Amino acid sequence: MKILVAVKRVIDYNVQIRVKEDNTGVVTDNVKMSTNPPDDNAIEEAVKIKDAGKATEVVAVSIGEEKAQETVRKALAVGADRGILVKTDGIIEPLAVSKLLQKIVEKEKPDLVFMGKQAIDDDCNQTGQMLSALLNWPQATFASKIEIKDGKLEVTREIDEGLETIEINVPAIVTCDLRLNEPRYASLPNIMKAKKKPIEQLNASDLGVDITPRIEQVKVEEPPKRKAGIKVSSVAELVQKLKNEAKVI
Amino acid sequence: MSVLLIAEHNNKQLKPFTLNASTAASQIDNDVHAIIIGHNCDEAAKALSELPLIKKVIQVEATHYENFVAENFAPVIVKLAENYSHIISSANTFGKNLMPRIAAALDTSQISDIIKVIAPDTFLRPIYAGNAFATVKSKDAKKCVTIRPTSFDPCESSGGSAPIVKADPGEEFAKTKFIKREEVKSDRPELGTARVVVSGGRGMQSGDNFKLITSLADKLNAAIGASRAAVDAGYISNDHQVGQTGKVVVPDLYIAVGISGAIQHLAGMKESKVIVAINKDGEAPIFSVADYGLEADLFEAVPQFLEELNKLNTIQK
Repeated sequence: MKILVAVKRVIDYNVQIRVKEDNTGVVTDNVKMSTNPPDDNAIEEAVKIKDAGKATEVVAVSIGEEKAQETVRKALAVGADRGILVKTDGIIEPLAVSKLLQKIVEKEKPDLVFMGKQAIDDDCNQTGQMLSALLNWPQATFASKIEIKDGKLEVTREIDEGLETIEINVPAIVTCDLRLNEPRYASLPNIMKAKKKPIEQLNASDLGVDITPRIEQVKVEEPPKRKAGIKVSSVAELVQKLKNEAKVI
Repeated sequence: MSVLLIAEHNNKQLKPFTLNASTAASQIDNDVHAIIIGHNCDEAAKALSELPLIKKVIQVEATHYENFVAENFAPVIVKLAENYSHIISSANTFGKNLMPRIAAALDTSQISDIIKVIAPDTFLRPIYAGNAFATVKSKDAKKCVTIRPTSFDPCESSGGSAPIVKADPGEEFAKTKFIKREEVKSDRPELGTARVVVSGGRGMQSGDNFKLITSLADKLNAAIGASRAAVDAGYISNDHQVGQTGKVVVPDLYIAVGISGAIQHLAGMKESKVIVAINKDGEAPIFSVADYGLEADLFEAVPQFLEELNKLNTIQK
C-alpha cells in the first residue's frame, strides 16, 4: 500500500499574528514557519502504518512557494520516503490545491491520501473533502483513530456530538485530527538522512490546472479588542461583581 | 435566485443551529429554501417548514440517508444546485464534512465559517484562529458558504407554514459505511448554545477533579467546556473541547478554570459576553481576555465559589 501525505507550510502556531498596516494580509516576513500541526499527525500516522509493515511507501507532497521545500524535508526527516513540491506563488485556495493534488494522485496512484483536517492559517477545512469529491473516493474527516482491516479502513471521527465510526474502502482520503497520534521529533541522524532523499519539483503551471483565485481578499483587519478587565481579590468579590455589575448570575 | 439551506437534524428534531443558519441565509436573500435529507425525518421536516424564514422545504428520504454520510448527501444537493445562487450550512462538523464535497463538485471556491454577511457575495470571516478578520468577495457564479452559528441569532421556530415537497433520492455510495455513533447524552444545556459555560483546563490535573467543574456547572445550569490540553490528557471527552479546532462558544458568561489561554483556546471563547478566569499563574494569557480575573488556586477557589453561590437567594437560569 502506498500513502500520499499532503503537508502545508504555515506560520508557526505559537507566533502572535500581526495584521499588515495596509490591511492586505498578515505579516509573514521574518516570522517562524512550520508544518501545519495536524499535517504532522498525518505524516506520523502514515509512517506508523509503514513501520507496522502495512504500507510500502510514504510520499510527502506540499504545494506552495519554493520554501515549502523545508516542510517536505521535515516530513522526510520523520520517515517519509520521498517528496514532491508543487511550486506556486501567492494565495492558493483549497479548491486549487485539491485540483493539483488530484493530478499528483493520478500520477502517483496512492491507496490512501492523508492530510490535516484544517490548516491553521486560513482555517478553511476544505481540501481533503474537495479532493475526495474530485476523485469520487470515500472520505474520513477529523480522524482520531485509524485501523486497517482487510484492505478497508475503520476510522473513528471526532464530531460535535462525540465520536463516529465509519468503514471506508481503499482508495480513500483521511483528514487527521490532532488527537490521532503523538508526532515524533526528527532525530539528528534522520535529519541528515533526509537531506539525501529525493524531492521532485514541479510547477503548478505545468499540471494543466487553473489555479486562479476565485475569492478576492478585500481586506484583512485586526479583530475588535476586548476592553481590559480587572483582577478581583477574592471569590466573594467575584460573585458580587457577577451578580451586581455584570448581572450574569 | 434563491438560497438553499442544508438543514441539520437527527431525523426527529432539527438541530438548533439550523435556526442560526436560517438567519444567515435570509440575510443573503429573502427566498430561502431548505433541504432536509434523512430517513423517516417527517417530524424534522415539519419543524423546518414552521420556521417563518423558510419559503419551501425539499425533503429527500432514503434508508442510506439515516446517518448523514457526506458521500450520500453531496450528490443530492449538487443535483438541485442549478436553481440556487447560494448553498448554505452551519460550519460545525456536519457542514464542514459535507459542504466542500458539494463545492468541489460545483467547481466553486467555498467560503468557510463566515461571521457576517456584508453583501450577497461578500462576507467577513476569521482567519488565524480569529487573530485576523478577512473580508472576502466571491467571484464564483454559485456560492458555497458555511456560517459560524454563534455569530447569527437563531430565527423564530414557529409561525411559518412552508410547503414540503419531496425530491427523489440518489444512489447509495457503497464505499463508505456507517458503523456507529457514540454520543454523550446529558441533561445539561448544549455547549454551543448554553447561556453559561464552565470550562476546565490542564490545571484540573485529573479527570476526577473535573467534578469541581461539574458542581459549578450544576449550580449555574451551565454547559461544560474544556481546553484541548484537558481533552488530550483524557480528563473529559472530545465533544467538550472549545477552541480553534473544537467548538466556538459565545455564552453570556464563560468561566475558565485552570486554563492558561493558548491562542487556540481563545479562538473558541473570546467573543463571550463576560469572561471569568481563575488561575494561579497571574501571568497566564487567559487574564488578557478576562473581564474578571481571580489569581488563586482553583482547588480552593472553586469550592468557595460554590459556597458564595449558595448564599445567593436567586441564580439566573
